[in-house]
Amino acid sequence: MADNSLPLVSVRNLAVEFTQHGGGPVRALDSVSLDLRPGRVLGVVGESGCGKSVTARAMLRILDRNGSIKNGQILLDPGTPQQTDITALPGEGNRMREIRGGRIGLIFQEPMAALSMQYTVGNQLMEAIRVHNDPGKAVARQRVIKLLNDVGIPRPETRIDTYPFQLSGGLRQRVGIALALAADPDVLIADEPTTALDVTTQAQILALLRRLQVDKKIALMLITHDMGVIAQMADDVAVMYLGRVVEFAPVNEVFAAPRHPYTQALLRSVPNLRAPPHSRLATIGGAVPQPNARPKGCPFHPRCPDMMPGRCDTTAPAPVPPGQAGASCFKVEDAALVEGVAA
Amino acid sequence: MNMLEVSGLTKHYPINAGILRREVGRVRAAEDVNFTISKGETLALVGESGCGKTTVARCILRALKPTSGSIRFSPADGEMVDLAPLSKRQLRPLRRHIQLIFQDPYASLNPRMMVGDIIAEPLLVNGVASAERHRRVLELLDLVGLPAAARTRFPHAFSGGQRQRIGIARALALNPRVIVADEPVSALDVSVQAQIINLLLDLQEQLGLSTLFVAHDLGVVRHVSDRVAVMYVGRIVEVAPTVALYATPRHPYTQALMSAVPKADPLMRDTAAAPIGEVADPANPPPGCAFNPRCPFAIDRCRTERPVLRDVGAGQLAACHRAEELTLAGVG
Repeated sequence: MADNSLPLVSVRNLAVEFTQHGGGPVRALDSVSLDLRPGRVLGVVGESGCGKSVTARAMLRILDRNGSIKNGQILLDPGTPQQTDITALPGEGNRMREIRGGRIGLIFQEPMAALSMQYTVGNQLMEAIRVHNDPGKAVARQRVIKLLNDVGIPRPETRIDTYPFQLSGGLRQRVGIALALAADPDVLIADEPTTALDVTTQAQILALLRRLQVDKKIALMLITHDMGVIAQMADDVAVMYLGRVVEFAPVNEVFAAPRHPYTQALLRSVPNLRAPPHSRLATIGGAVPQPNARPKGCPFHPRCPDMMPGRCDTTAPAPVPPGQAGASCFKVEDAALVEGVAA
Repeated sequence: MNMLEVSGLTKHYPINAGILRREVGRVRAAEDVNFTISKGETLALVGESGCGKTTVARCILRALKPTSGSIRFSPADGEMVDLAPLSKRQLRPLRRHIQLIFQDPYASLNPRMMVGDIIAEPLLVNGVASAERHRRVLELLDLVGLPAAARTRFPHAFSGGQRQRIGIARALALNPRVIVADEPVSALDVSVQAQIINLLLDLQEQLGLSTLFVAHDLGVVRHVSDRVAVMYVGRIVEVAPTVALYATPRHPYTQALMSAVPKADPLMRDTAAAPIGEVADPANPPPGCAFNPRCPFAIDRCRTERPVLRDVGAGQLAACHRAEELTLAGVG
């Protein structure tokens, strides 16, 4: 990558499992590695069940109670004297509480999930500020007004005393963003932040996120299922499928020359605003398997047009090495070998 | 030949308050909506949440009784009947002709019924004999691309896309003349969404269905529709053939809606400012054109006089005072 600054967060070989009632453990993440760098946007894209939200929740140690980290590291400030492995901290401890919100902020898909209906917007934002570094009530209130102004909420001095249910979906998501930014984190995870919004509101919220991310040099991890949002927002892209990062590359490469057959198929299946009338879309056969019926070998092989029998259905291809553009796919490995020999 | 002629369709919901539950206002969910759907045609009704598109769809299905206006429907070639004033009993024999495809494939199938029974239920209700039902169910499963063995299984055994196929088979069971599809692919993953869009396109061609396709996703609409009606705060603001609407939108709201769709191309990053403000409250729409507070082209006239939907040339209708003078950007 062009950017050689140290990552703020490095996820390495992360594996997460969920236990289920009356069944064996279900693997939700398998060898996931990602880097979040200051001032850059990492887009994480995939369909339901690919593990994109589980990755975010593991990073904040807010997995559901039946989920646990089985392997790997989540390093905060890697390569510095302050390096901390989040997986080694007690999930409910003070250090983790400081990191949550203070270092890594989270924006939810549904802002109502993050906001209480019983307290005013100002109350909740002031609490978020005072929990981390209490400047006193009066100063906190001024900071909240500034925060609401920063996220583009008109008339913040009156809106501070409203309840979340009195706000529209777009304003609520702005409050959700303000809440995530309250303690001034340098890493922000946005989990489908615009999926519940209308398209004109989505455009506003994406523009806001981009402005904040650039101004504050935030390392933003943007989780979405929408290739359009990825194209508009991301610097680097991690494509996930069934708990694995199947491709990682700078955004231009992903769209111009996707490596993994899944990325290729996903891009072809996006409806196009310029398509001829009644034109068919390219499809991926079948459906995403249930996580408890994980295929052997490469998780994508049952749906892959380039599946090599005896190989893709027996062993899983190696994960993409962290920080390098590539795909976890035997076909891509073979092509690289041929290229290497030719060169 | 028109299958459906909607004219002046209006649906208001009263807002009641106080101990006497007196009416203190009205949510104008749909206001003077006019459109037609001809045989074999797919009309898309698009707009953002709260614009009234689902209200219109539900009025056509007569799940709602419109406040005023007419919904003329053709139950047989050469016949027209207005559904709006009919009673439940009068509607019964007509309902088989207008069927709904639901948005949520999880909520719309009874988890305790076998797939075969789900698809056969409309046939059963309409008195189709057992042997004929069985034959028809197999035919329908084949039509929507499901194996015959699906008949004896329960919905939970199927993925979202397969469930949507089951819902489509049920909607087609009685050979309806009109299909109302309310966001039929918006709950599905992208790769599965493409399969269902293709299936709907195949069915349109094979069966010559007339469809009202309610959606918010302009990408999906582009693929499936012949014409598009854009709604904003209860009213249709533009109607045009699909290609023309995308190439040369004539209403500023249509342009705003299209420019807000994130383009799946990192070399075309949006530099245009996102549309400002929020959708107006249908209980309290602004005077004049409802879009005027958000419209970059609004003039004084737009704030006082409501524009009517009118022909602005080349088969496009738009409700904008300035339609002729503005050059709006489409997507080519």
